[in-house]
Amino acid sequence: MGREEIFTNIKAALRTQDRMGTVLRTEGDGSKDRMGTVLFCPFQGQNRTVPILSLEPSPSVLTVELFIDLLVDYKATVECADDSSQIAVLVARFLKQAQAETCVVPPGLDPAWFAAAQTAGIQVRVDNPPLSKEELDQTSAVITAACLGMAETGTIVLDHRADQGRRIISLLPDTHICVIRSDQIAAGVSEAMVHLAPLLQEGQPLTWISGPSATSDIELSRVEGVHGPRNLYVILVT
Amino acid sequence: MSTSSPPHSATASTTPPPVAPPTMRRTPAPPPGRLIDAPPFPQGAAEALKNQQLRDNMRHATHTIRAKRARVTAELPNWEELRAAGEAIKNRTLENLDYYLEQLEANLIKNGAQVHWASDAQEAQRIVIDLIKAKGENMTHQPTPQEVVKVKSMVTQEIELNEALEAEGIAAWETDLAELIVQLGHDRPSNILVPAIHRNRDEVREIFLREMKLYGKPAPEDLDNDPKNLAAAARLHLREKFLRAKIALSGVNFCVAESGTLVIVESEGNGRMCLTLPETLISITGIEKLVPTAQDLEVMLQLLPRSSTGERMNPYTSMWTGVTPGDGPQEVHVVLVDNGRSRVLADPVGREALRCIRCAACMHQCPVYEKVGGHPYGSVYPGPIGSVLTPQLRGLDSAIDKSLPYASTLCGACAEVCPVKIPIPDILVHLRQRVVDEKKRGHRGLEQSLMRLGGWVMAKGSRLGLAGAAAGLARALIRKEYLRSLPGLGKRWTAARDLRMPPRRNFRHWWKHERGGQA
Repeated sequence: MGREEIFTNIKAALRTQDRMGTVLRTEGDGSKDRMGTVLFCPFQGQNRTVPILSLEPSPSVLTVELFIDLLVDYKATVECADDSSQIAVLVARFLKQAQAETCVVPPGLDPAWFAAAQTAGIQVRVDNPPLSKEELDQTSAVITAACLGMAETGTIVLDHRADQGRRIISLLPDTHICVIRSDQIAAGVSEAMVHLAPLLQEGQPLTWISGPSATSDIELSRVEGVHGPRNLYVILVT
Repeated sequence: MSTSSPPHSATASTTPPPVAPPTMRRTPAPPPGRLIDAPPFPQGAAEALKNQQLRDNMRHATHTIRAKRARVTAELPNWEELRAAGEAIKNRTLENLDYYLEQLEANLIKNGAQVHWASDAQEAQRIVIDLIKAKGENMTHQPTPQEVVKVKSMVTQEIELNEALEAEGIAAWETDLAELIVQLGHDRPSNILVPAIHRNRDEVREIFLREMKLYGKPAPEDLDNDPKNLAAAARLHLREKFLRAKIALSGVNFCVAESGTLVIVESEGNGRMCLTLPETLISITGIEKLVPTAQDLEVMLQLLPRSSTGERMNPYTSMWTGVTPGDGPQEVHVVLVDNGRSRVLADPVGREALRCIRCAACMHQCPVYEKVGGHPYGSVYPGPIGSVLTPQLRGLDSAIDKSLPYASTLCGACAEVCPVKIPIPDILVHLRQRVVDEKKRGHRGLEQSLMRLGGWVMAKGSRLGLAGAAAGLARALIRKEYLRSLPGLGKRWTAARDLRMPPRRNFRHWWKHERGGQA
């Protein structure tokens, strides 16, 4: 039953096969890999099975420009800021644009970022102690930092550390304001995975966000905004 | 294509559950009957072709998504390298499947997840039902009717989980917009990526207005057919279910063996809702859906979105590793399902289909699928990949499974776009061989006898010459360019095409005349 049967079948299936021209497993050599051929070996001692595939890293100015272009293509709003006072001004402006009355922030977020919003009368709730899902459902907006960005795909990655908070807080509010530094932006998926793979090894959850939530389920016409935040504002700190 | 089968219609679970009175059903009933009992493909296809609306919807949808895919894959100069890498990663995984599964299991357990193994659909159903029921018993007060929210998952359809849960009084709510349209429409999915690809906006509006109020928050009365407003209605309808649910069921796009991480790729945020809000998360996955290392995701997460929705990246990708203290579900289960996969693995030709990452590019590209839609395939996995995967998973026993390897013109468009380079036409031919071999084992039918006769004729030049002369004679007697219909066995051939008559003078005749028989 179950596990034992499955493993018996798999071992039987693999024993009788021609292994598609690869050399059989050699166990106990200390590496995680048991294959003998070049094609399937970890790439040049790195913990990867194929050579890195992304393009030559492009100049960082181009990377940042591409990142912005793709975010805008996804219908996100992007503005640049130089310092935390400018971040605070933009946060307040975006919250007003989104007609937000309440806002949740992760416990590790720089308080300077939402000071102006508080002055403008927006109620800011720190997720410490954790807010209930009902409270979060009644919260209009969330402000988070980010783990990194990817230019080639216009993606923001959250690793949910103290300045990004629990996964739920960047999900239930309808507006997400995300602050990311330009030096956090990687060229593409391959470059980003070099940084993200160790985080997965540590058990850190990751959320990749490429624009506001969307669907193409009705006649394949894209609609921005289903269950996740329908408004995405990105503040790029240069 | 039934849109309103009665709520008491027969269920699709493998062991027929006790027929509950209509009022006892908690979720919309799917169409009666089981997929495996579908008529052979040509019959279903002929039926589907009569539906003009379906053909219009399918043509529009497949052409739109084809163009999008072509555009975003052309953007990457290393696309072909990526495909080769994807193929290599999945081959490596399959060739060492036992090793990587053990590694995955150990890392899941290390990170606080509970791992379950299911050999077949029934075992998987039983595991999930028991897990859900155990949560119900823990409640201190009177038992409340149980419900779960679901992220779109192919394997749960394959094991017919929703109806098995329904039979146990557990309501499973689909939360993907297209799955919601299918569920509320008493319908079956017709595509693995956009399950309601066969529905247009007017049909969706009707379904929402008619059904939402029966199962939760009603659709706004003034709902129009604008996809934006339809999506907003789904948001409202499902939000209360997300907030209420204690348990979520999910599929998995990728499992990472070396870290025990599970990955879900989605667009709407319904996945994030299910993976984050409930207290208990039960993820169900086929045993082939893993990659060895976290770094391998760099390849898969480029191949999948560009091949499936034609996006550079899908809006949301979630990765989680067991239980994260203080964040998300604190009880995490993973059910690893075989259900025929280890058997497929034993076939060196057929096993290449196990590389599939369920992107749907092959069906969107397929000229046959474009015309008939997903339903005639009688399979959870329709289109080209379904034609190679389903008969292998289920076995070549039913009428539909015997017909699926023939549901193709072998044009090869599917293999051209496959992100993990599955040679679908080769596997189709291989499976046709298996169907014929099975047939040969039984008593020899008319078809086999004719094939034998043909073989005998063609084995010797003089016999072939005689046959050619006979054909010329027939032509001289019939005096027609084309035959519109043949009698008897030939009738099926001429049902879809005219038969051109053999020429008055064949090549042998001409050669003799021109060259006087000289070589």
